Amino acid sequence: MAFLSAGRVPLSGAIKAFMTISAFIAMAESGAAAKDRTITAVMHSGVRVLDPVITTAHITRNHAYMIYDTLLSIDEKFQPQPQMAAWKVSDDGLTYTFTLRDGLKWHDGAAVTAEDCVASLKRWATRDGGGQMLMDYTASLEATDAKTITLKLKEKFSFVVETLAKPSALPTFMMPKRVAESPSDKAITEHIGSGPFKFVAAEYQPGVKIVYEKNKDYIPRSEPPSGTSGGKVAKVDRVQWITMPDAQTAVNAVNSGEIDYLEQPPIDLLPLLTVNKELTVDALNKLGMQTMGRMNWLHPPFDNPKIRRAAMMAMNQKDFLAALIGNPQYFKVCGSMYGCDTPMATDVGAQSLLAGGDAAAAQALLKEAGYDGKPIVLMQATDVTTLISQPIVASQLLRKAGFNVDLQPMDWQTLVGRRASQKPPAEGGWNMFFTNWVIPEVWNPIVNPMLNGRGKTGAWFGWPDDPKLEALRAEFVKAGAEDQRKAIAGKIQEHSLEVVNYIPLGQYLLPSAWSKKLSGVLYSPVPIFWNIEMKD
Amino acid sequence: MAIHLKDETEQIARWRIPQLRLRRSLIVPLAAGLCLVSMVIMAIFAPFLAPHDPLAMLPAERLKPASDIFPLGTDAYGRDLLSRIIYGARVSLIVGIGATLISVAIGLPLGLLAGFFRILDAILMRIMDGIMAIPSVLLAIAIVTLSGVSIWTVMIAITIPEVPRLVRLVRSVVLSAREEPYVEAAISVGSSMPKIMWRHLMPNTLAPLIVQGTYICANAILTEAILSFLGAGLGTETPSWGNVIAEGRVYFQINPGLIFWPGLFLSLCILSVNLIGDKARDMLDPRLAKRSRL
Amino acid sequence: MLSYIMRRILAAIPVMCVVAIFVFLLLRITPGDPAAIIAGDMATPEQLERIRASLGLNQPIHVQFINWVGQLLSGNLGTSLISQTPVTTLIYQRLEPTLSLALVAITLSILIAVPMGVMAAWRHGGWIDNLVMTASVLGFSVPVFVIGYILIQIFAINLGILPVQGFRSIFAGVGPFAERIILPALTLSTIYIALIARMTRASMLDVLGEDYVRTARAKGLAERLVLFRHALRNAAIPILTVIGTGFALMISGVVVTESVFNLPGLGRLTVDAILARDYPVIQGLILLTSFIYVAVNLLIDLSYAFLDPRIRY
Repeated sequence: MAFLSAGRVPLSGAIKAFMTISAFIAMAESGAAAKDRTITAVMHSGVRVLDPVITTAHITRNHAYMIYDTLLSIDEKFQPQPQMAAWKVSDDGLTYTFTLRDGLKWHDGAAVTAEDCVASLKRWATRDGGGQMLMDYTASLEATDAKTITLKLKEKFSFVVETLAKPSALPTFMMPKRVAESPSDKAITEHIGSGPFKFVAAEYQPGVKIVYEKNKDYIPRSEPPSGTSGGKVAKVDRVQWITMPDAQTAVNAVNSGEIDYLEQPPIDLLPLLTVNKELTVDALNKLGMQTMGRMNWLHPPFDNPKIRRAAMMAMNQKDFLAALIGNPQYFKVCGSMYGCDTPMATDVGAQSLLAGGDAAAAQALLKEAGYDGKPIVLMQATDVTTLISQPIVASQLLRKAGFNVDLQPMDWQTLVGRRASQKPPAEGGWNMFFTNWVIPEVWNPIVNPMLNGRGKTGAWFGWPDDPKLEALRAEFVKAGAEDQRKAIAGKIQEHSLEVVNYIPLGQYLLPSAWSKKLSGVLYSPVPIFWNIEMKD
Repeated sequence: MAIHLKDETEQIARWRIPQLRLRRSLIVPLAAGLCLVSMVIMAIFAPFLAPHDPLAMLPAERLKPASDIFPLGTDAYGRDLLSRIIYGARVSLIVGIGATLISVAIGLPLGLLAGFFRILDAILMRIMDGIMAIPSVLLAIAIVTLSGVSIWTVMIAITIPEVPRLVRLVRSVVLSAREEPYVEAAISVGSSMPKIMWRHLMPNTLAPLIVQGTYICANAILTEAILSFLGAGLGTETPSWGNVIAEGRVYFQINPGLIFWPGLFLSLCILSVNLIGDKARDMLDPRLAKRSRL
Repeated sequence: MLSYIMRRILAAIPVMCVVAIFVFLLLRITPGDPAAIIAGDMATPEQLERIRASLGLNQPIHVQFINWVGQLLSGNLGTSLISQTPVTTLIYQRLEPTLSLALVAITLSILIAVPMGVMAAWRHGGWIDNLVMTASVLGFSVPVFVIGYILIQIFAINLGILPVQGFRSIFAGVGPFAERIILPALTLSTIYIALIARMTRASMLDVLGEDYVRTARAKGLAERLVLFRHALRNAAIPILTVIGTGFALMISGVVVTESVFNLPGLGRLTVDAILARDYPVIQGLILLTSFIYVAVNLLIDLSYAFLDPRIRY
C-alpha cells in the first residue's frame, strides 16, 4: 500500500508539496524583509528620464525628490523654508546670501560645496521658467566661500525665495558640480545627489522598476517634516517603484497586498479600495490639480477674442469634473486661474465658469462675432487617462453653443508634437487642446506657463500676443507686500479671462491608497517617502 | 478496428447521400448567417433601433446599471451602452468588410502578377516576406499613429499585414493553374495576358478568396478591438465594439456589463463569420471537406 | 543539409533588409517628437530645438539612416533616446518575462491542443469533435484581453488562489514563478490552442485513413499507441508549420497579455517605445522580433527532416 501511494503521487499530495515549497519561499522572502524593509509602490507612470532638469515630467521630479535635496523648500502652508541652506536678504533687497548647513554630503562621500550649488542653480535656471525670469534680474550668482552662495540682483525681484523653494515643476535640486556642468539640453548620466535615498543603478529598468536605498549618511534637519521642508528621515531600507500600465491591475495589486502604495488609483475604482480594511485611502496632495483648456490665438476662429469668450461661456466646469473624476468628494468648481486655496486665489472674471456656463449667451456672442461655421480642431489624447474626457465633454458643450467641432483622437505624443505647430489647423495645426497642472505650477503669474503674453516666439503653445499681460506681470514681480501681490494677481486674472488666455476647468484631488503597514505618510504637494515607517 | 470502420462507412455515406448530411450540417452555419444578417440590419437601421444618441452625455447618469431608460446601463460619460453597441455594429462591420475588400483589392492583382511573372515574383515575395515578419499589431499601431486615427487609416493598418498572406494564396493558386492544359493552350495561341488572367486564372482564385476573406474579416474586427485596447484605436465619437470594450475595461469590476455586452456582440459576430468561413471552405473545396482551416 | 541551412540564412538577409528600411522610413515620417516627451509640458520651442539637436534628430533622414546602418553593421542597436540606455540592455532586461511567457504558453498550447485535436479526429463527428471544434472557434472569437480579465476575476479575485499580476524569475523559485505565469500563459494560449487543435484534427483525419495506420490497427496495437505513436508522428508536419506561422500571432498576443498582467516584457517595451517615438528602441525591437520569426520558421523547416525521413534537403 505504502509502496503504491509512493509510486503514484496523489494529486492532493502534489498540491501539498507545491504549497510547502511556495510557503518556504514566501518565508525566505519575508525573512529577507525583516532585515530589509522595502516599500513597493506603483506610481502614476514609469521613470524613463532620470534628469530632473531636462524634463518637467512629474515622475522624474518625484524621482529627484528621492535622491536629491533642494536648496530651499516649502512647508505645508506653502511658505518658503530653509532646507540645504538658510538665507539672508540685505536691507535694499538686492543681495541674497545662502549659507549651507553642516554635514551635507554627496552619495559618493564628498562634501557639498557652494560651488556645486551655484553650478546646479545655473543649470536649473536655463530650463525653469521662474529661473529664467530670476536670471533676467540677476547681476551675479557666485560661491563666495565653501558654504556661502551670494546672489546679487540688478533690480528688485520680490520672488527670489519663492522661486527657489517651489516644489514643482522644476525645484532646485542640487547636484555635484561635475554633473551640473553638463549642458541643460543633454541628459545627465551620473545620478548622485545628497538626498535621503540613493539611486540603485544596478536594479534600474527604465519604464519598469526603479530602486532606492536609504542613505545612511544623510543628516536631516532637526525640525519636524512639513510639506517638502523639515527633517527628511528615511525610515525604511529600500523603496522600489514599479510601473503598472493597466489601472485595473494596479488596483487589484494594492487590494491583494502585492504592493504597498498606489499613487493614483482611478477615482471610479476607489469603492473597491475603501472597503478594504487593510488600506488607507486619502489625498496627500491637498491642493490637487487644475484641468484646463487652451485655444490657439493664431488662427480663426479663436484669433477673435469674442469667439474665445463664447467658447468659455459654453463651458461648464461641473460637466468636465464629473466626467474626469466622477465622485464630487474629490473635485471642486474653481474660478481661479491660480487654483483655489492658494495664496493668490481669486474668482474675479470667472462668473460664467462658476455658474455652470451659459449656452444661450454663448450662442448670441458667437452670432455677434460672425462665426462662419469653420470647424474647430480639438485634439484628444487617447492614451492618457486623465486627459481623455475633457475634449469629449468640450465638443458636446461647444456644439450645443453652435460651434462646429472636429474632435481628433491621437496619442499623447502626436498631440505634443502637433501642438508645437503654428500652422493653420487644416495644415497640421490645431485650435484647442487640454492638459492638467499640479497647482504649484500655476499658482502665481510667474510660474504659470500660460500667463505669458510674448506671442509667437516666447509664449506657451497657443501663443497669445498680449502686451498688457506682460506689463502687469512686470508689475507683479516687483510687488513686495502680500496684499499688493494679490491685487495685481487679481488684475492679471481679470484681464486674462477677459481675453481668454486659457480656460480653467476646475480643481480635483488624486487620492492615493496605501497599506496599513505603512505609517507616517506625509501630506505634501509631491509624493515623498521619507518619514514613512513600515511594520510587518 | 471497429472505430476505424465506422469512420470509413460514415465518410462513404456522406458522399452517397449528400442532401441528408447537408441539411444537418447546415444548421450551425444557418444560425451563424442569421446572427450576422441581424447584426447587419442592426447596423443599417441603427438610428431607428437605438434608444438614445450614442454620443449624448449625461454626467449625472454615469456608470448606471441597467434600467428601463438605459436597457444595458450607461458608460463612464453617462452615455447609453445599448445605443453605443448598436451604432458600434456599423463601425465594426465596416472595418471588417472594408479591410477584407481592400486586402483583396491589393492582394489579388499582386498575387496574379507574382504568379505569372517570374522576375516580379522574386522581388514581390521578398517584400511580402519582410512585411510578414513584422508583428502585425505593432505594424498596425505604427501605421495608425503615423497617418492619424480615422476609420480609413484603421482599416488600412489592419489590411497591410493581411496582404502578404493573401498574395501568397493567390500566387499559389495561379502557379498550379498555369500548369493546366487550358491555360497553357491559351498562352500558346497568344491570348493577351490580361485576358488569360481575367478569363482563366481569376475564377480559380474565387473559392480560396471567399474562404480567406471571411477569416480576414473576423481578424480585422478583432484587431480593431486590440488597437483600441492599446490606445491607438478609433476615437470615442465613432463607437465600435472594440473601443466600447476598451473604454469600459477600467470599470470592469464596478459594472461588468461594460465589457460583457459589447464583448458578447463582438464575439458572436466573429464566431458567426468564422463558422460561415468554415462551411464555405467545406463546400467550395470538396477535397478538403473534412479538414478545417489552419 | 548544411548548404540548405546556408541558403535559408542567406535568403533571410533580404527579408531583414526590407524590414529595416520599412521600419526606418515608417518611423521617420510618423508625426511626433521624442524631444517633446523628454522635455515635458513646459518646454519652449527653442528648448525643444536644442534637445532635438543634441539627439541628432535634426540631421537629414538619409544621414540618420546611414548612421544607423553603420551602427547595426558594427553590432550596435543604438541607445534609447528617452532613457539613454543601450537598446541591447533594455532588450536584455525585458527578455526573460517574454521568453518565459512565450515558452510556457507554447508548451501549454501543445499539451492541451494536440490531445484535443487527436481526440476530435478519433471521434470524428461525435460530441467530442463538436465540442473541440466549437471551443476552437470560440478561441478565435474572443479578444485576448477579455479572456485575461475573466481569468483574473475568477482565479485571482473571486477564488483568491493566484496573484493578480507581476512576474518572478524562475531562478527565484518555481512556485512563485508558476503562480504568476499560469494565468497570462493561459490567456495567451487561447488563440494558439484553437489554431493547433484544428490543425491537429485536420491533419490526423488525413493520416488516419492511410494504410500504415490500418496495418498498425490490424496488428492489434493499442489504440493509444496507434493514435499517438503512428498517426500523430506522421501528422506532425502541418502541426509544426502552424506553430511557426502562429508565432507572429503570438507576438501580437504578447503585447496585450503583458499589459493586462503587468509583465515587464518586450511587448510592453515596444508599445511604450512606439508611443514615446523612441526610434532606436522600436527599430531594434522590430528587427529582433522579425529575426526571431524568420529563425523560428527556419528551425521548424529543419525539424521536418527529423520527423519525416523522406524529406532531404
